[in-house]
Amino acid sequence: MSATDRRQFLIRTAQMAGAAACAGVLWSPLVRSQAKASAHALRPPGALPEEDFMALCLKCGQCVKACPFETLKLATVADDAPIGTPYFIAREIPCEMCVDVPCVPVCPSGALDREFTDITKARMGLAVIDPEICLSMRGLRCEVCWRLCPVRDKAITLNIVHNEGTNRHVRFEPVINSEHCTGCGICEKACPTEESSIRVLRHKFVQGRLGEHYSPSSDGDFKLQDVRRGTDIAKELNPGDKKQAAPGAGYFNRRGGRDGIIPGSTP
Amino acid sequence: MTEKQKDMAVPGKSVRAEIRHFQMPDTLGGKLRVWRFLIARRFIQVSILVLFMGTLHYGWTLFNQLVLTGNMSSSRLFGVIPLSDPFAVLQVIASLQWPHMDALIGAAIVLAVYLLLGGRVFCAWACPVNMVADLANWLREKWGIRSMFIVPSKTRYWALLLTLILSFILGVAAFEWVSPIAIMHRELIYGIGLGFIAVLGIFIFDLLVMARGWCGHFCPLGAFWSVVGRTAQIRVAFDDASCTRCGDCVKECPEPSVLSFKEAAQHGMVRSGECTNCGKCIVVCPENSLSFNLRACIRSNSALRSEHGSTS
Repeated sequence: MSATDRRQFLIRTAQMAGAAACAGVLWSPLVRSQAKASAHALRPPGALPEEDFMALCLKCGQCVKACPFETLKLATVADDAPIGTPYFIAREIPCEMCVDVPCVPVCPSGALDREFTDITKARMGLAVIDPEICLSMRGLRCEVCWRLCPVRDKAITLNIVHNEGTNRHVRFEPVINSEHCTGCGICEKACPTEESSIRVLRHKFVQGRLGEHYSPSSDGDFKLQDVRRGTDIAKELNPGDKKQAAPGAGYFNRRGGRDGIIPGSTP
Repeated sequence: MTEKQKDMAVPGKSVRAEIRHFQMPDTLGGKLRVWRFLIARRFIQVSILVLFMGTLHYGWTLFNQLVLTGNMSSSRLFGVIPLSDPFAVLQVIASLQWPHMDALIGAAIVLAVYLLLGGRVFCAWACPVNMVADLANWLREKWGIRSMFIVPSKTRYWALLLTLILSFILGVAAFEWVSPIAIMHRELIYGIGLGFIAVLGIFIFDLLVMARGWCGHFCPLGAFWSVVGRTAQIRVAFDDASCTRCGDCVKECPEPSVLSFKEAAQHGMVRSGECTNCGKCIVVCPENSLSFNLRACIRSNSALRSEHGSTS
């Protein structure tokens, strides 16, 4: 190879590398902008953390085929999830939480964790409530989300508070407990308001996080107590079998003060 | 003298038979004979898609096992045999993730099959984009549209390298996120969406901008299979003695760089990994100088011939 040949070869190689670099500059943002899912596009149960999931998912759709409820879909361009990846929109078809979790073992790449077997451990998203629209919050007897929640009376509990509006009734405020909510979305599907007042969103769009510097002792774990109060009050008011009467149902039957409650009884 | 003319003039060789060019037969039987590989390729390409679709939408089973679930990125045959696109799995590994055993075994099975058949057999016999590219090419030739610019076909290896580098940098399988091939089979099987414009893009690009633009120059998956194809056991065998150098095969070949008379004569076959084994050259050869054969047979034949040539 002569000096000119070598020179030409090096120049050509540099040109091709340059062209490849240009292509890479255009290509990378395309991939990066694709690799994002919107807050309400939920992953199948057992999905690895989003970064790992997106790296591993081969976009084959075997989980979609395995889902008996046709919950899962593969995304295409301009859908709510990155192209080719499986997702579901709870308001359309929620996850029915099959006990055998058929979508997970068929995943060939492990983007859905094979170790995952207990569907109640799924954390597909977290429910949040719009307190201004929620019928129960407005004092109506709805509680559909609480009744249909598959993690019964754990993921959603009812907080019973005095209804200042009528000054006679109570409100059964649904409360989400993040340590039990699987994010299946059955509540969102069932909510009777025109736009669902309870929605399941990915955790990172819902949950806050205390900083490293935060000292929990300063609030004496106050918040947790406060949130759970509803359950405690419900138990207090209605110590009988919960299956027979909704928590607080006895409230309507009460004559006089709290002592007049007749748990689970019929007049 | 151009490269091709140099290639055609064989020094020390007796005058070749007079050149006859390929004539499309008038009879249907003759036409079907010419189209035999084309028909077989379309049959296989469509069958793969139909099996996927039938299993997904109608739950086709064989011996109580789902026939073929998934898509060409990854699938399961008869409910047990995992199959995966080795290039997709390679990209996942390049993004520093270790896939589950199923994907690895699946990729190994597919890779083994194509190591034997020839890597780019995928391109001509399985890839659905091939149908789009062939249609664009057919129209382009019919309407006499010429390429706007020429790009070396080796560009694909840069695309391959770039795919792996980007997978590493971005932490996701870079080509799988934009692949028009993946989009096409996925959306044909699972429902056509907006992604299908990528397929339309290839059609327009191949038709108006560049002849065989996508498959012949840029596709990193094609580049991957080209590398794999170097050990292919089924190859296009070349009989130098009967060849008149009419060049009809070169005109027909979707990868013209693989058909070099000099190399083919020397080795008795088309050796390049970029050959897709599409069989287009075989059916147009008026002298039947080209045929599919096993590499081992070709090698022994050429050895025999050279031995014979040296003794006589």
